[in-house]
Amino acid sequence: MQNDFRSIKIDREKCQGRMACMRICPTQAIRVRNRKATLLNDRCIDCGMCVRVCPNNAVVPQTSSFSDFTRFKYTIALPSPVLYSQFRGEFTPGAILNAFKKIGFDDAYDVACASEAVSIAIQEFLDNSTLNQTYISPFCPVIVRLIQIRYPNLLENLIPIDSPMEIAAREAKNLKMKETGLNAKEIGVIYITPCPAKMIAIKNPPRKKYSFVDGAISIAQIYPNLLQALNQQDTVGAKEVKGIGLGWPILGGQVSTLRAHDTIAIAGIMEVIRIFEDLENGKLKNIKYIECHSCSTACVGGSLNVENPYMSRNRVIKLLEKYGNTPCQDRDYVKNLIQKNFFSLPGKIDATPIAPIDSDISQALKKMQEKVTIYEKLPKIDCGACGSPDCNTFAEDIITNNAEIEDCIFVAMKKFENLSVELIDIVKKHSNKIYRNINI
Amino acid sequence: MNEVFSQTYEIRGNDFQNAGKVSTDIKTLLKQLGIRPEIIRKVAIACYEAEMNIVMYAKIGTMRMDIDTEKIKITVSDQGPGIADIELAMTEGYSTATQEMREMGFGAGMGLPNIKKNSDEFKIESTLGIGTKLEITIFIN
Repeated sequence: MQNDFRSIKIDREKCQGRMACMRICPTQAIRVRNRKATLLNDRCIDCGMCVRVCPNNAVVPQTSSFSDFTRFKYTIALPSPVLYSQFRGEFTPGAILNAFKKIGFDDAYDVACASEAVSIAIQEFLDNSTLNQTYISPFCPVIVRLIQIRYPNLLENLIPIDSPMEIAAREAKNLKMKETGLNAKEIGVIYITPCPAKMIAIKNPPRKKYSFVDGAISIAQIYPNLLQALNQQDTVGAKEVKGIGLGWPILGGQVSTLRAHDTIAIAGIMEVIRIFEDLENGKLKNIKYIECHSCSTACVGGSLNVENPYMSRNRVIKLLEKYGNTPCQDRDYVKNLIQKNFFSLPGKIDATPIAPIDSDISQALKKMQEKVTIYEKLPKIDCGACGSPDCNTFAEDIITNNAEIEDCIFVAMKKFENLSVELIDIVKKHSNKIYRNINI
Repeated sequence: MNEVFSQTYEIRGNDFQNAGKVSTDIKTLLKQLGIRPEIIRKVAIACYEAEMNIVMYAKIGTMRMDIDTEKIKITVSDQGPGIADIELAMTEGYSTATQEMREMGFGAGMGLPNIKKNSDEFKIESTLGIGTKLEITIFIN
């Protein structure tokens, strides 16, 4: 099983234990032990915050390398629509797709059009749903993972519709199999990704046995080659990329394609956590659909992009103005596909909760009491010098035998102070006996 | 010996900014203890509704949680106006919420009935002008 696969790894050679990653991690999945950061796989949700903040570039995204694709006879690039917003020049999405053929891929396939189809599928699903349920978008892999770990009650709220990436990959593969006569294993579909998290959706796709995508290369990695090719090529003859799916990379990109007005769009992992708490408490009544993004500026803010997210957002809006008004999909045709379960994902997503502090409830209660007692002794300033991200987590690490209380510099200082007082007393007692008449 | 873990939280009336925080803290704790998700859901809804009742109506209140190996007991006490007719207050749809509260999405008259629905045992006592006390018990197994 690849359940344990995480989309980031810490390079211990490069890591200098500077704790930036530990402090920013929203799920307290990093500890610094022996001056090196270590990742707790069971807590990590692949959000990539650590990738952004590491001053030593020691958090390495686990995307594919080009050599992984030499086994294929035919390769198709499947760029995230975020890529269309990464260039300062006036390159059209069609020209960008064309440029892939100049840099070693056999073809490239647009995903935005699949996004439009998925938008229609979501609308149909919501229209036909009779449950009084709030559905959550499952397209950001970090959100799915967050729910698996922290909000098992919300697993059933994830809308059972496949991602545009998967739909496009399946389409592209089938099309090329027909065109070339090659079999599925001979054709490689390579996603061009704005974030490491997509690797999770590829290696371990929810509700599916396998993904139609064979690997992912980051936008940052492919950007220089692509830019060079774009500057050289003649853009005449590029096919037109169009439709509302072009707006998916920005916040609200999904919900703006839906007719339903009872939808909300949220970006940023901490904001998403707040909304999930509300949802679990039964607070979000009458909301049908929540578009959720882990990154605070949605997909244009992915950690593997080159352009700043605000410029990208601006370009996505421009693209929408120019190409968004012409539909890419025939609505009736898509509705027909929905009838054939083209988009739906049966099956369940498993919960993968973080292990409790003890599997025996009686022991767990005892340890929880110990934890509270320990926490009360701590300075509560969350300095992180102990190697745990905050005092509360440190207390938990102590009761689960993953830290010692003296790792807290304040506790250690206090102990040292107490010992010093004791030591001075002993010395004084002795010196009074032996050297009573000596003054220095 | 039967282990018990207890924690008490204070909730202030009119503190809409922090409303829901106690329920969130309780949920986090229950998750760390390894309590099953379906139990946590019941506790979350009951606690949240009780917390909101204090925020909306009372001056101040406390929520005390006692967990042992069999059950989660939540005792909610407030200093507030009290409830004149408990039977009426327990009716779905009955609410004394102001227009302002309703505009904020509260006061659908589902609070107390919802707490009862999510509890395995439920007790309510109230004295007009003094306050209200709820005892919510949810079994773990």
